[in-house]
Amino acid sequence: MSLVNFTTREITCKIVYYGPGRSGKTTNLQYIYGQVPEDRKGRMVSLATQTDRTLFFDFLPIDLGSISGFTTKIQLYTVPGQVYYNATRKLVLQGSDGVVFVADSQVRQLDENIESLQNLQANVLEHGIDVRTLPMVLQYNKQDLPPELILSVAELDEALNFRELRSFPADALHGAGVFETLKAVSADVLRKLSEGSQGGRRG
Amino acid sequence: MDLNPRFRFAAFVVGPSNRLACTAAQAVAQSPGSAYNPLFIYGRSGLGKTHLLHAIGFGSIERQAGLPVVYLTLEEFVGQYHAAVAAGALDAFRRGLEETHVLLLDDVQFLAKHREMQAELLRLSEAMQREGRQLVLSSDRPPAEIGELDERLISRLAGGLLVDLAAPDFETRLAILRRKADERGIAFAPGVLEAVAEAGSGNVRELVGLVNRLSAFQAVSEAPLTPAGARALLFGDDADGAAAAATPPAAPDLPPLRETPPDEFAAFLSAVTRTVAQSVDAWKSRIGEAVMRWQGEGFRTTRLEGLLQQGAMPDVDEVLQSFDDDVQTLRALAAEAGALDPAAAGHARFRDPDRLAEARGFVQKLQEGLVPPPAPIATLGLDDYVVGAANEAVVRAARLVAHEPGRRYTPLFIAGPSGVGKTHLLHAIGNALVAGGAQIVACLGAQAFIEDLLAALEAGNVESWRRRYRRADAFLLDDVQLVAGKEQTQDELFNLFNVLAEAEKQLVFAADRLPAQLSGVAARLVTRFEGGLVVELAAPDRPMRERMVRRLLAAQGVSAEDDVVEYLAARPADSARAVQGLVNRALSAVGSAEGELTVATVRTAIEGRAPRASQAQAISALIPSGLDPTLGSREKLVWDWPEIGDRLVEDLR
Repeated sequence: MSLVNFTTREITCKIVYYGPGRSGKTTNLQYIYGQVPEDRKGRMVSLATQTDRTLFFDFLPIDLGSISGFTTKIQLYTVPGQVYYNATRKLVLQGSDGVVFVADSQVRQLDENIESLQNLQANVLEHGIDVRTLPMVLQYNKQDLPPELILSVAELDEALNFRELRSFPADALHGAGVFETLKAVSADVLRKLSEGSQGGRRG
Repeated sequence: MDLNPRFRFAAFVVGPSNRLACTAAQAVAQSPGSAYNPLFIYGRSGLGKTHLLHAIGFGSIERQAGLPVVYLTLEEFVGQYHAAVAAGALDAFRRGLEETHVLLLDDVQFLAKHREMQAELLRLSEAMQREGRQLVLSSDRPPAEIGELDERLISRLAGGLLVDLAAPDFETRLAILRRKADERGIAFAPGVLEAVAEAGSGNVRELVGLVNRLSAFQAVSEAPLTPAGARALLFGDDADGAAAAATPPAAPDLPPLRETPPDEFAAFLSAVTRTVAQSVDAWKSRIGEAVMRWQGEGFRTTRLEGLLQQGAMPDVDEVLQSFDDDVQTLRALAAEAGALDPAAAGHARFRDPDRLAEARGFVQKLQEGLVPPPAPIATLGLDDYVVGAANEAVVRAARLVAHEPGRRYTPLFIAGPSGVGKTHLLHAIGNALVAGGAQIVACLGAQAFIEDLLAALEAGNVESWRRRYRRADAFLLDDVQLVAGKEQTQDELFNLFNVLAEAEKQLVFAADRLPAQLSGVAARLVTRFEGGLVVELAAPDRPMRERMVRRLLAAQGVSAEDDVVEYLAARPADSARAVQGLVNRALSAVGSAEGELTVATVRTAIEGRAPRASQAQAISALIPSGLDPTLGSREKLVWDWPEIGDRLVEDLR
């Protein structure tokens, strides 16, 4: 996996928002899209069904401009959360540099969260990547819902965060926690740069 | 302007608002020219831009003593530029700045007023970047917002690292106030500095002013200042309401500090920038830059790219130096190869430092492949040359030529009928030139010259053929009459003549006739032949023939009576070759009859009393006798004739 090209002085990274259906992955991207200045954002590509469910994936390229002399670009993807789109999820995961797992904080969605997390691990493994080496953060979305409907951050950590990743409560619809999550995953991804990378794009 | 020793990194209070700028500045000070180049720091007045610029200067010098560091405000830069123009010393001014390792340029926002300086700065920044020198600039606004700034300059300035200094937050303001109070040795009551920090300006300079006022007030008042008292003193009674508006008159033009809506993207961007700055190893950046540079110059950088893939840090200086050395060697080899064969210089092996050994081998082969042109026959010396009245002048000219090649007579043109010793003389001059120190002496017949050219034309390496001859220190060509009608050979000969004559190399030509009589040879060549010294070799006279006979017999280890020598010298012979033929025949008679060399035996041999069979045998015995077989060719033809014809020819001679 290579992110930074010292010869062309480019940093490109691909971050995938993963999680069960309706957990708010596309909402995350939409909020980010709204905050990125016009000249920095590419066109957000969203392939959605008539009911606004992600059919294939969302794609949002962001040009961060020149950082430390490197042309830096971040590509954000979402996967379709619905169970039957696993082939698409696998495809989107290919070559990803980092993952945001967007969990739905609602109590009744806990099983879907767990199932999706397991699905993520299985898919990553299929790409020959040890999930423990993949930069990843958790986002507990919909924390704005009434407390009786949702699990607390601690409970969600208990249920999902057995690897003790960084986790962020969020209300993606209003933007709370969205950038904190992105910041954290980007930092993890970029820190992996120092582990040595060069050459062309990853496969 | 000198660097202010108060402005060092240690004295810079770091907070979230300026951490990025400070980190970048420290990175630049640690490795000027390699981290962020140019570094552009912008922010409102009084936030520490100048401080950071000076700190970079000190940091660089601390790291590498004696490093040339220059700090200039834009105004000083403009002033010095104008002074240099007025004094006609613009080049010296430019050179001075380009040789600076770290150039710190403050307040470049004023560039808007100086269009001519924009071009100068663009040029300077290009030159400095090319040389790996560090440029640091500061401004109160980003390049894109500096009015009327050249697009190219904007893109160049933005091409390094742009960092902004934001107004300090509460904690940073408090830290600044505390540090300033400490520096002045003043202790304030608890809560006083907090109150000032809370209400105070985001401008560091103003904060310093506030501390000064507070300390001045405390020095003259009996009771220590209370937080409320401090607020009242600095901002009036109603501190909460008046704080923002009551900024001190020192900087009335500053906009009031106001809460800006949170820019989440900007915060994200600065977080990413920090991470990148921390994560991207400086050494990899340096190697990456070198890769870009050398690739840009057309060299393969596999070796350096390989280093980027490995985790461990190599000795970057050594690696880059060794790569640089190899590139220089390759360039030298390519130039050498180019001189030998222009087509060879462009080969990929001269663009890959990992193929240095191959490139070296190639050049060596090229050099070896360049066979020197034919040299004179070593056995034909001037001392063996029999001198007589017929050739005395010619031999004298030959000796002068050998003594002062290229200067005395060039070209020397020797004309004379066949067999009078032109070839011998030509080779003798060649050998004398070799003995005189000439490295490469080309000495050959025109026929060989023509055939050599034809072979080169067929092989498509005429260039190489030309270089082969043009390297010569002297060029001696026999039988020039043979180039008649050979236009291309004449062209090449003409060019070769000019090249060598230009380089003051010695040229000697021999032909069976005078230049003017060379029909079929271009006038431009003929006139050139005539432009030197034209000498004529005549047929040997009797005393000369006698000396020749004696010398030839002695060379074969045969002693002969005078009457034999006289007999041989008296035989009709119009050339040295004919004399040699006579001697050879006389010797063959002795060899076959095992008799003594008497006039009778010699006469029998020469005047043809012996049966043909034995004569034929004698000829076959001649060939391996060590003499040049071509010299006997004429006699061989003669002996093949019927006896009566033989006699006839002999008598006609």
